[in-house]
Amino acid sequence: MNIIDQIETEQLRELPAFRPGDTLRVHARIVEGDKERIQVFEGVCIRRSRGGSGASFTVRKTSYGVGVERTFPLHSPRIDKVEIKARGIVRRSRLYYLRDRTGKAARIRSRDQR
Amino acid sequence: MAAVIGTKIGMTRVFDDGGQSVPVTVVRATPLIVVRVFDEEMHGYNAIQVGTGNRKEKCISKAVRGQMSPAGRSDFEILAELLVDDPSAYETGQSISAADVFSAGDLVDVTGRSKGRGFSGVVRRYKFAGQTATHGTHESFRGPGGIGACAYPGRVFKGKKMPGQMGALKRTIQNLTVVAVRSEDEVILLKGGVPGARNGRVLIRPAVKG
Repeated sequence: MNIIDQIETEQLRELPAFRPGDTLRVHARIVEGDKERIQVFEGVCIRRSRGGSGASFTVRKTSYGVGVERTFPLHSPRIDKVEIKARGIVRRSRLYYLRDRTGKAARIRSRDQR
Repeated sequence: MAAVIGTKIGMTRVFDDGGQSVPVTVVRATPLIVVRVFDEEMHGYNAIQVGTGNRKEKCISKAVRGQMSPAGRSDFEILAELLVDDPSAYETGQSISAADVFSAGDLVDVTGRSKGRGFSGVVRRYKFAGQTATHGTHESFRGPGGIGACAYPGRVFKGKKMPGQMGALKRTIQNLTVVAVRSEDEVILLKGGVPGARNGRVLIRPAVKG
């Protein structure tokens, strides 16, 4: 194995397998001054980007009527944990169409109930 | 002031202690073997001659092999001279690894030969804007435009930016941070980019302005 792959493999973290369409609770470590606390960001995963240690995923939620998207590096030590709240059925890997939808139209069918 | 001679392997990124993603260049740095020591008194300057890497012996001329012989082997890929402050600290045959010279957090200057771009025009070489694609322009879309005035000064100033060889020049990038020295892999990680293509040779020295 070449050395770059080796360095990247060392950085990889074990996280639960999730897919676009799943509803996630991301526990992110936030550093404020010299204090560290954990903030939970809950929403739908709309994209997973591959790329070894540089992989990332994007979570979208609607907060006070405003759409908010946050992209996290998948293997970042600043992610404390990722919980999967619901597994969704979607037919594409990039759920950008959710940006144009609100309310009932933005729902995703659940995989768990079927 | 010793240095490290290495080979650029490529780039990746790592997470630092704060969880920040840091872009790094991976440089392979095999230990340097001291071949000879030059001192002020005898040679007029303080330096060490070092060898590193491996090369088939038959590919090296006998003259160069003879140069390497004090180290007890004659198959070094690279033979180079490094200026040092105190030559008495070194002796022939001594091995200097990257970990002996640098540790994480040090600032370094990295010298290498930049990627060659051949004979390039001004648009590529100096980021000139070129000329308009329309409004009657013909046969001159990426040209430099005017290169001087008229009867006065009646010549083109020296140093005028014009097409020419770009790249494949010795370039130094200053004040890169050493992110990690992995002695077991004989590899050193530097924050940011380093001149040259992959497998290019780089010289890593302590930062002059550090």
